Amino acid sequence: MCLAVPGKITDINGTDAKVDYNGVSKYASLRLVEKAAIGDIVLVHAGFIIEILDKDDGEELQKLIDETMRLIK
Amino acid sequence: MKYSIEDLIKQINFLADGAGDIAIMEVCGTHTASIRKFGIMSILPENIKMVSGPGCPVCVTSQEDISAAVAIADREGVIFTCFGDMMRVPCDSTSLYSLFEKGRDVRLVTSPMDAKKIAQENPEKQVVYFGIGFETTAPHTAALVEEADKEKIKNLSVLNSHKTMPSAIKHLLQADSKISALLCPGHVASIIGADAFSFVPDILHLPAAVAGFDAYEILAAILRILDMIHSNKTQCINMYPKAVTKNGNRKALELLYQVMEPDDALWRGLGNIPESGLKFREYYEEFDARYRFEIPKNKASDANGCVCAHILRGKKIPTQCIHFGKDCTPDNPVGPCMVSAEGSCAAYYRYRE
Repeated sequence: MCLAVPGKITDINGTDAKVDYNGVSKYASLRLVEKAAIGDIVLVHAGFIIEILDKDDGEELQKLIDETMRLIK
Repeated sequence: MKYSIEDLIKQINFLADGAGDIAIMEVCGTHTASIRKFGIMSILPENIKMVSGPGCPVCVTSQEDISAAVAIADREGVIFTCFGDMMRVPCDSTSLYSLFEKGRDVRLVTSPMDAKKIAQENPEKQVVYFGIGFETTAPHTAALVEEADKEKIKNLSVLNSHKTMPSAIKHLLQADSKISALLCPGHVASIIGADAFSFVPDILHLPAAVAGFDAYEILAAILRILDMIHSNKTQCINMYPKAVTKNGNRKALELLYQVMEPDDALWRGLGNIPESGLKFREYYEEFDARYRFEIPKNKASDANGCVCAHILRGKKIPTQCIHFGKDCTPDNPVGPCMVSAEGSCAAYYRYRE
């Protein structure tokens, strides 16, 4: 139920954004996000964009994992 | 990526070694399904167990609410709309799907906004949307109702069964000392913020990590939990930073609490939990299907021997049920935990060894 699918905004039409999921496009509502722009990678859940994904490409997660690696071997 | 999935597994094994039995509860149906799908259980050392909690919205919907849905959907002049999983939840000898087969107008939707469109296209019918789900989904229902009010759509209402996570987790884990840590639901957290789970370390004194949904993200969160246990730290760490912020999605929360307010809620398996549900604020009450329709008080009984209620509390696993895999399968479910793809029983059945 809380499944959310990432996609890329390719167009904005009023309160809806056209989101591309690897070749398949569908409109999703922009009502739950502050500011979204064409090119943003977003999480879509049940027809609504719920979050604009961070563009850091996982760097922050790597740093968080780093902190758990101090004790290894 | 600096660390491979093998690095994570190696460090998990290192930290788990000699740590004793550790039970980590996940409270998101999508986590339950992902954990089974990626075979996380078979990767983890034997002393680390994943326990499914009440994270599947279809599963936790009370039999009272299912009975109300069936009663409304069985009325003349009603178009009843719901997510697909809800259609086949048994309600005595019937279900929303069997009403559909009988000729009632029950429609599957993939967004609450579909219900608004159906209402606009069918002004002579009463259109009812079955609102289920946690904080991830509730703002969508709020948007539906807010727009219906603005656009003066009078033939639309919501059977509101939305629930909120923190109170239920508190209620469940305060009564259960066997759980060692919590894997927090990533997409609920993207709405309410990672800080909304700080009660897990602060009040329950358990470590917690907000987790994403692929195998790497889930293992990274488990690793972080084991690291906290190993170093005797009790914190809530956001291990899904690409989608979750400290305070969550302000716009979604504002809209949600403009339209709804906290209320007590009845959960399957957990009973009535104060402030763990959402009801419409007075201004929006006319959109509440419970006000619009007379709903009989009787509720359908649970299937004989079905242990869904125990599974939702993490007290039993699906294979301990007499129905599991015999007369209860995803094609012919006896209980709700087998209906939804996110239910523990369905996940166990689909990815059984």
